[in-house]
Amino acid sequence: MSIPQPEQPYVVELREVTKDYGGGVRALRGVDLLVEPGELVAIAGPSGSGKSTLLHLIGTLDRPTTGTVRIAGHDVAGLSDRELSALRARHLGFVFQQFHLAPGVSALDNVADGLLYTGTPLRARRERAAAALERVGLGHRLGHRPNQLSGGEQQRVAVARAVAGDPPLLLADEPTGNLDSAAGAEVLGVLRDLHAAGTTIAVITHDPDIAEWCPRQVRVRDGRVVADAGAGAGRRPPGANPKLPDAETAGAAKGAPR
Amino acid sequence: MNRQRLTPARLGPSDVLRTGAAGLRTRPARVVLSALGIAIGIATMIAVLGISSSSREQLLRQLDRLGTNLLTVAPGQTMFGEEAKLPVEALGMVRRIGPVRTASATGTVDTTIRRTDRIPKAVTGGIAVQAATADLLTTLEGRVVKGAWLNAATEARPAVVLGAKAAQRLGITRIGVQVWMGERWFTVVGVLGPMPLAPEIERSALVGFPAAEKYLGFDGHPTTIYERSAEESVEAVRAVLPRTVNPENPEEVTVSRPSDALAARAAAASAFTNLLLGLGAVALLVGGVGVANTMVISVLERRKEIGLRRSLGATRGQVRLQFLAESLLLSALGGIAGAVLGGLATAGYALSRGWPPVVPAWAFAGAVGATLVIGTLAGLYPAMRAARLSPTVALATT
Repeated sequence: MSIPQPEQPYVVELREVTKDYGGGVRALRGVDLLVEPGELVAIAGPSGSGKSTLLHLIGTLDRPTTGTVRIAGHDVAGLSDRELSALRARHLGFVFQQFHLAPGVSALDNVADGLLYTGTPLRARRERAAAALERVGLGHRLGHRPNQLSGGEQQRVAVARAVAGDPPLLLADEPTGNLDSAAGAEVLGVLRDLHAAGTTIAVITHDPDIAEWCPRQVRVRDGRVVADAGAGAGRRPPGANPKLPDAETAGAAKGAPR
Repeated sequence: MNRQRLTPARLGPSDVLRTGAAGLRTRPARVVLSALGIAIGIATMIAVLGISSSSREQLLRQLDRLGTNLLTVAPGQTMFGEEAKLPVEALGMVRRIGPVRTASATGTVDTTIRRTDRIPKAVTGGIAVQAATADLLTTLEGRVVKGAWLNAATEARPAVVLGAKAAQRLGITRIGVQVWMGERWFTVVGVLGPMPLAPEIERSALVGFPAAEKYLGFDGHPTTIYERSAEESVEAVRAVLPRTVNPENPEEVTVSRPSDALAARAAAASAFTNLLLGLGAVALLVGGVGVANTMVISVLERRKEIGLRRSLGATRGQVRLQFLAESLLLSALGGIAGAVLGGLATAGYALSRGWPPVVPAWAFAGAVGATLVIGTLAGLYPAMRAARLSPTVALATT
């Protein structure tokens, strides 16, 4: 999936990005953000700070008013809607606060459908979906429907769907926002393992604990980046977290925390 | 540069169907209800077409069986608007026409038939008394259900054969009964079966020509001549009949072909059929509106799913295709159910009437076509709405 790009080392490259909404609302006021491959970055800020807008721009779901957005080396401004769709299908994985799983559909097919728009044949989609569910510790729940799974398990299915196609960048929007702390810990454990395996992850959160846990924090306030450790800082393993009691002991344990 | 081309993957037909069906699987009750509208419309149209063509098939088979080579000759009107009469020798003339195989005649007798002399003269029961030649039954290819037809002996005696309806109206179920005709008793010697090509015979009491002249004051003028010829010469015979029957006044003769009336009945049924077909079309239209409504609601409810699919890399076209496929599947389900229901209704009705059940293939083809058109029309607008939805707005919906 990912192609070698020697002259473009950044997965995410935002330069002087602004975003205005109608009615004089300025959500972003000149943001610069660089993310290198293999980083785990928290984009943190209170609600209304512009972090959701940032997520939409990085996720190519929206275009900036001014400035440049490059994702995996592609300048978003020069791409048509069809090309942006292809970019999302191959280079981006999304995890949402509300899971967005299809009700009444097995975990396996929920994940397999995530690969629908990559042009993978059904059989290969299911094989890769099974492997992705294995990776998030749900190899034993392939046939379960969302309503038969706990909140944490549902979100892990959503994570599996996002990473089944091995996208260069995983965007997680408040991935633990709808979960209790134990379930949140499950999900963060999965993100940590993915990061250890080399996936680039951006976690959008308003929770300071989760932001702390990430090796690199980008703090957003009033449409500006107010603090950033700088590109490359996110390559370190994540720190200890109060919500993740076994964070220090866990190496690359694939099993789900019980 | 590093800008390798980004081309969205194409979805195969099976994937399009899968995504279309996915939306239906999770809401079975709604699917059944909105497909029901289409099903009722299609079923109505199939049943209307099926029943009318079954009835037509029945008529055509009957025509086949009865033959279309029977012509009847009757007196028309004179130039002065009076009732014309056929000459007494007309039957003999008709028999002399080359291609004519058999010819027979009936003549109206000015009298009534009653069960007894106590019944008032005015109560005729709509039964005509007619004199008939002995070969009438052969020419009409009719059959006797009770007793016997007139023979050389009985045609000169006070004996009468009743048509099926005449017997029914008089309440006569067995032969040997006496009936009052003119001023004397006649004996019922036979009862005829149904005569689809000569319904007037069904309502007649028939006596022999000699008997009619002897007992009932019949003047010997035939009023209807029945004639059968070879099928291919029917038109030729028809052309010469008036001149043959009445060389002096050929314009006072009317010739008709009773099978034409049956054929006309087969054609006439279509006016009513068109009306019912229109009703079916209205039902179908309402069904289509139901599907469109369901699809609009479906798009509104599934904004999050649309947003998710866009984030997974679906293009606008693929979202549009998904909802179009869903709408097509929905109406196709209704169409299939309707075709089956309509077929069953046709079979049930036709069999209960003893008709051969027939549904024309083009009716099924039309049903499929109508279903596809309705599915597309109903799905187009909702699908466009779904495709136009901005992914960020769709995802923001809670």
